[in-house]
Amino acid sequence: MASTTIDTHHLNPAGHHPRLQHQFDSLEQQKESSTLGMWMFLVTEIMFFGGLFLAYVVYRTKYPHVFAASSHHLDVTLGGINTAVLIGSSLTMALSIWAAQVNKRKLIVVFLIATMVLGAVFLGVKAKEYTDKFTHHLVPGAHFAPEDEHLQGPAREQAQIFFSLYFMMTGLHALHMIIGLGILAALIRPSWKGRFDLAYHTPLECTGLYWHFVDIVWIFLFPLLYLLGAHAR
Amino acid sequence: MNPQLPLFPQSASTMAPQVDALFITWSVISIFFTVLIAVLILYFMARYRRRSPDEVGQEEKPALMLEITWSVIPLVIALVMFAWGARVFFKLYRPPANAVEYYGVGKQWMWKFQHPDGHREINTLHIPTGQPIRLKLTAEDVIHSFYAPVFRLKQDAIPGRYTEVWFEATKPGTYHLFCAEYCGAEHSKMIGSIVVMEPRDYESWLAGGPAGKSVVASGAELFQQLACQTCHLPAPGRPARAPRLEGLFGRQVKLANGTVLTADDDYLRESILNPAAKVVAGWEPIMPTFQGQVSEEQVLQLISYVKSLSAEGGTEAGGGTAPQALQKSETKP
Amino acid sequence: MNTTTTAEPLAAGPETGERPNYLNAAYGLRSWLLTKDHKRIAILYLISVTAFFALGSLFALLIRLELLTPEGDMFQPDTYNRLFTMHGIVMVFFFLIPAIPAVLGNFLVPLMIGAKDLAFPKINLASWYVYNLGGLFTLWSIVHGGVDTGWTFYTPYSTHYSNTYVISAALGIFITGFSSIFTGLNFIVTIHRMRAPGMTWFRLPLFIWSHYATSLIIVLGTPVVAITLLMVAAERVLHLGLFDPALGGDPVLFQHLFWFYSHPAVYIMILPAMGVVSELVAAFARKPVFGYKVVAFASIAIAVLGFLVWGHHMFVAGESAYAATVFSVLSMLVAIPSAVKVFNWTSTLYQGSVSLQTPMLYALGFIGLFTLGGLTGVMVATLGIDVHVHDTYFIVAHFHYIMVGGTIMGYMGGLHYWWPKISGKLYPAFLSRLSALLVFCGFNLTFFPQFILGYLGMPRRYWAYPPEFQVLNVLSTAGASILGVGYVLPLFYFIWSMRYGKASGDNPWGAVGLEWDTPSPPPTENFLTTPVVTHGPYEYNVKEVHDRTSHPEARVG
Repeated sequence: MASTTIDTHHLNPAGHHPRLQHQFDSLEQQKESSTLGMWMFLVTEIMFFGGLFLAYVVYRTKYPHVFAASSHHLDVTLGGINTAVLIGSSLTMALSIWAAQVNKRKLIVVFLIATMVLGAVFLGVKAKEYTDKFTHHLVPGAHFAPEDEHLQGPAREQAQIFFSLYFMMTGLHALHMIIGLGILAALIRPSWKGRFDLAYHTPLECTGLYWHFVDIVWIFLFPLLYLLGAHAR
Repeated sequence: MNPQLPLFPQSASTMAPQVDALFITWSVISIFFTVLIAVLILYFMARYRRRSPDEVGQEEKPALMLEITWSVIPLVIALVMFAWGARVFFKLYRPPANAVEYYGVGKQWMWKFQHPDGHREINTLHIPTGQPIRLKLTAEDVIHSFYAPVFRLKQDAIPGRYTEVWFEATKPGTYHLFCAEYCGAEHSKMIGSIVVMEPRDYESWLAGGPAGKSVVASGAELFQQLACQTCHLPAPGRPARAPRLEGLFGRQVKLANGTVLTADDDYLRESILNPAAKVVAGWEPIMPTFQGQVSEEQVLQLISYVKSLSAEGGTEAGGGTAPQALQKSETKP
Repeated sequence: MNTTTTAEPLAAGPETGERPNYLNAAYGLRSWLLTKDHKRIAILYLISVTAFFALGSLFALLIRLELLTPEGDMFQPDTYNRLFTMHGIVMVFFFLIPAIPAVLGNFLVPLMIGAKDLAFPKINLASWYVYNLGGLFTLWSIVHGGVDTGWTFYTPYSTHYSNTYVISAALGIFITGFSSIFTGLNFIVTIHRMRAPGMTWFRLPLFIWSHYATSLIIVLGTPVVAITLLMVAAERVLHLGLFDPALGGDPVLFQHLFWFYSHPAVYIMILPAMGVVSELVAAFARKPVFGYKVVAFASIAIAVLGFLVWGHHMFVAGESAYAATVFSVLSMLVAIPSAVKVFNWTSTLYQGSVSLQTPMLYALGFIGLFTLGGLTGVMVATLGIDVHVHDTYFIVAHFHYIMVGGTIMGYMGGLHYWWPKISGKLYPAFLSRLSALLVFCGFNLTFFPQFILGYLGMPRRYWAYPPEFQVLNVLSTAGASILGVGYVLPLFYFIWSMRYGKASGDNPWGAVGLEWDTPSPPPTENFLTTPVVTHGPYEYNVKEVHDRTSHPEARVG
């Protein structure tokens, strides 16, 4: 197959970018590979959440009234605030990448921290919501005991299905957010040290992709879980 | 060691030969193609054997027509077999109109059968030849599967819903009955027999044992015991508080939320166990749930009773005998 | 490519071992456990999957021993149920799915496309650790008595009735799934972005096409079974009602979710083996695979269509007859690309220069057994037949023909073909051919009687059976013992060859491919200079290639 001995690339030629890993021939190839890798990972995440969304669709179709009644117990205001917070955090994330592209390392850190703060706000609101559910005996399991008169008898089990899916979907989402916060934290020090600039900011880009994905999952979760029963209020 | 070496199962139903025809045809086709490939490989291996260490093969040009041919021919064969198989499948699952309904409930680790006249059996099912029989199945705990190899059919028995299978036996004898869906420790022991008898022998067998109440009669009794008539059967001084059940089975029902459905077995079962799920238009959702108060078999008896209620009102006489021809029921796909 | 490498006179003996290569680049446990070299990671995987294969085979042996007699006299029924469950889980998730991609794929993908390594070497190493972590959870389960739900975990038995370690087994599979995902992700990015100059898509070896298609399936399908198993675990711990009808749930929903992955999973198992067979047939007939583009597209077609047929596992499970019909016809469609591959491989032999060395024996065996296995697949996809044979030994025979007669033969063939590349050594020719023969004969004796048993009506997962089935069961067990010997022998002679085997030389088969353009074993960086590709794969007729194959190489097998 190979017919010539053209020596196109030596290993570790003098003067290559310090961030270039040994298996790649150029920074361009590395960046394209890293972003493609992140996109592939996000595809797996879509399928991962997809199973829960499918279960949700199936049971919503099966028990529309119970699901609507259960949904009334979710706080639309808090959910709405969280939606705005998360969209805002996607903005700050995108801005951190812009800051790298204009070589403003301190600004990268500012926006990363802003993203983390907004993410923490989201999680704080979620914690409040979960605590409320706990107080009202709406956590699935041995202590599941809704007080709502519409959710008694067989409807109680069906409501438990709703809340199981609610906790699993939002819980899985929150877990992804926590991991995201960890990744953001890990990016602060290198950003401060000037690691990222116009030529190289791949880790920021990949983190941005991940963060936007987590945001989009919430954009789907919010209407499905919180808003579906709203018309019947 | 048991020296028997059976190679092909017996046939004892009207559909078994049809399944066998399908199987034998596919087996012949499969053996043909396997032998064809094997022979070609062996021939090419010999004919084009490498004769010197540095000999190479002769490259060929791609041949689109050849590729199309050997894509299309298998595709056509497969689609023809698919269509034939689908036809047999639909016949296997569409009971004839004159099929008599039996009930089977699977539970860890036994089969409970109920004849229409009330006879109950465990792990054995006596049936007559020449009579199409629909077996309505459910399970009490986990998923089981009713499997009768001599009839070439099986159907999963699923907790929480009904499934159905039908057969018409042709040859008297005692045949294997297996559970074919893994269900726990004694899965291999959840086996029994299907005893096929000539109609006369079947009648004497029925007469020989304790007659018991027919399924419909048991259902009628339960209906009274559970006080269903207080809402469903208006009487002087007792206004109707629930839809009438006469002629309900198989009819279109309009629900409070506007959807229209056909009242089938699953609908009746759900209405007993979870009445709030589907409230009929024009009625209040006041029916209590009977979950926990009735067993699967009792639910089947109640459904059987409701099915027997004719459109003119009044129930049929229950007790001791095989039921009159049941209402023509929707055959579900 | 540096021509001086191939022009060197290649003598057997110490010279090969003294050249710097990936094996002698560094010594010590740390250099292996913290390696980023895809070739070393492949060896790490080889050790792990072999261990799990041995464990799964042990379970198989015990199962077949029990089935020698109609009564259940060796084990309690409970124990037997755990045995077949653990056999399935270990073999499917810890052997069949990872083996070819993680061992042969990891080793060869960069070499075949002219790259220095995979795109993400650290993720590659992580995938091995994750695999073993998942393995630990499952082993913990086994040591504490195992699981008895069947590898299919059907609900509500697995969620509410089983008294075994369902959660740890499910978590073990969940974790290992990520190992699979990392591998698939790595392959996709590597194949897209790291091909050598001149290596266009249609100059890629068919092994790469197969692994690419496999990786697509892995990435799309594995997460679904992952979330499904998490749901099963949650339901079991908290007594939720997602899959239990007594609590408003739907047990058939579990089956849909489970099979949505587990059907494509069987294509994860077979596509890499098909890739190996393409390479073997080309190498041992010394000509390009007939219909290269068709075979390449067939791999993609199998991957796509494979996602549309999961319902054929549920024809009698309460699926509507109309859904069953759709799944049946789609299952017919997915068989066609596989059939086309068989015809193309067979045609490759025509006017070839066929050598029957051990790898080729496995390849030809694969073609025959996969043909029969695949045809029985369309048989069971035929609705009228499946009603009778579903959940019987007919199905067991069908899938073992594909997974053992197919995948494992492909894996063994690949190991035997690339062993000189991996180790620089040759294994004994007579023993390797004997093993291949034992495997082929033992396999058929084990599994062909099971087709008959299945049509007779013997259900699967039965610990005791009616006495008239005994003769066929005894034949099956006899076959299994022969098959076992066939698998044990290579373990011994491969290990033996690492110390005592003759040096193989760089290209003992006279094969064509980028992986054969480097020394055997290769240097850590794979190629001293990046290759530039100007031909398609399998170009045995190009003159300079012809010259290379004229060099007297050490004869093998």
